[in-house]
Amino acid sequence: MNAILQLCDASYRYRGGSVALQAVSFAVDEGQNIGLVGESGAGKTTLLRLLLGLAAPTSGSVMFDGVALDRRNRERMVQFRRSVQTVFQDPYASLDPRQSIGRSVSEPLRSLGIATGADARARVEEALNAVGLPADSATRYPHEFSGGQRQRVAIARAVVGHPRVLLADEPVSALDMTTRIQVLDLLAELGQNNNLTVVMVSHDLGAVAALCSRIVVLQRGRVVEQGDTSTVLAAPAEPYTRTLLASVPRLPSV
Amino acid sequence: MNGPDAAARVNDAEAIVQVDGLRVTTEDGRNLVDDLSFTVSVGERFGLIGESGSGKSLTALALIGLLPDGLLASGSVVVGGRQMVGVGERALRGIRGRVASVVFQDPLASLDPLMRLGRQLAEPIARHQGLRGKALAQAVTDAMADVRLSEPERIAHAYPHEISGGQRQRVAIAMALACQPRLLIADEPTTALDVTVQSDVLDLIDRAVTERGTSLLFVSHDLAVVSRMTDRVVVLRGGRAVESGTISGLLAHQADPYTAALVASARSLDRALEVS
Repeated sequence: MNAILQLCDASYRYRGGSVALQAVSFAVDEGQNIGLVGESGAGKTTLLRLLLGLAAPTSGSVMFDGVALDRRNRERMVQFRRSVQTVFQDPYASLDPRQSIGRSVSEPLRSLGIATGADARARVEEALNAVGLPADSATRYPHEFSGGQRQRVAIARAVVGHPRVLLADEPVSALDMTTRIQVLDLLAELGQNNNLTVVMVSHDLGAVAALCSRIVVLQRGRVVEQGDTSTVLAAPAEPYTRTLLASVPRLPSV
Repeated sequence: MNGPDAAARVNDAEAIVQVDGLRVTTEDGRNLVDDLSFTVSVGERFGLIGESGSGKSLTALALIGLLPDGLLASGSVVVGGRQMVGVGERALRGIRGRVASVVFQDPLASLDPLMRLGRQLAEPIARHQGLRGKALAQAVTDAMADVRLSEPERIAHAYPHEISGGQRQRVAIAMALACQPRLLIADEPTTALDVTVQSDVLDLIDRAVTERGTSLLFVSHDLAVVSRMTDRVVVLRGGRAVESGTISGLLAHQADPYTAALVASARSLDRALEVS
């Protein structure tokens, strides 16, 4: 299996000395959506910063296509950014209200030098279509869209340059329940049709189970358990995973 | 009971909440809650479920006369035998805390950031039970222990920002229960919390209302959470009730397509966790 991204014994320590991540290792394999699950203080945000190349581990490494990521190697970082794109939790904060949807969605094409002009417009149209938004969305503005639609716009912007990995940070937790399912379905569909591997950071075990075939459970900066989602959920080996699973509110059986 | 609101009392021993044709209207005449009616019996656990913009939180606020400026309630809301619509602030103050109190989603919104938590909790206890000095300090400690706060002394001396979100919500629950209200209104009380903390706080609310015989009005967007906490619900959408009934009835059969979508969404996340 080809690991696109891999953390090898990665630790992260703040300057004050507190440890956010401790010897974390896992691989993002091509075509295997993976969920990184944990609660407050688990180190999810730091982990995401490492995976996005926004911070370097204080020890250990982040590998991209088998080579350690070096933030000073600009050419390689451009390649990395073209391959790894992101969607954030809050669809209201992540879009510039003064930019048309078309301009927002085409931003990675400009900043990463992927396409301009008619080529860029065609790609924006294709991306909006892929996320299920009408083509005329490009000329409209964020305030005209609901939360779920805005998250679709953010996803269109992330996939417009055909990345290989989509890092999604709590992509559905700000959304209403019925919208949540639709966005999860969209992410699953993009994974199947566009050679895209989704890495979802979430506290929501149900959302992870719905989308990801692999799961990494984090607690206080450490990996407590990882494996195939179905195996881990059917027979959690660690007490913390069992507590997490038992805490998920469930519907009574009819 | 005497007072300016005595005339507004309605004689109904069975219902703790009786909402009849409630409308919440903006200044430009839009109805954010539209012709809503429901009844909560004494001791019952009742749920309001809906997504953003459904009017569920405005309904909860209208129940205790805390609607934001610029919004007007009309119709009838009777809580603990007293009319809450169209009465003055003084009358409402006698009802809040004693008859009904609220726990909000964000405990920081209901806690004073500049006051030690012990003092904040002491205020309603002193007012309600007439305690002072050592007896009051003891009652504060007891109230904290009652919501399962470990180290009550440390937390009594802490400011809100110095404790965790789960601990803050426990303090907010202790404050809401301090005047022994007949009705506890919980508006998305666990939405901002971690899932393991959510589970503990739901247990806490569950136990607190059971032990005290308090009626519960639980407001949430999460059907699984509502079904754990309540027996009967109203489903709200766009300010209107689209369906109501018992939890088990609604899960078995949905008359309204929106309710059906809500149940299907919750079921699909549930199913994803069912691996064998």
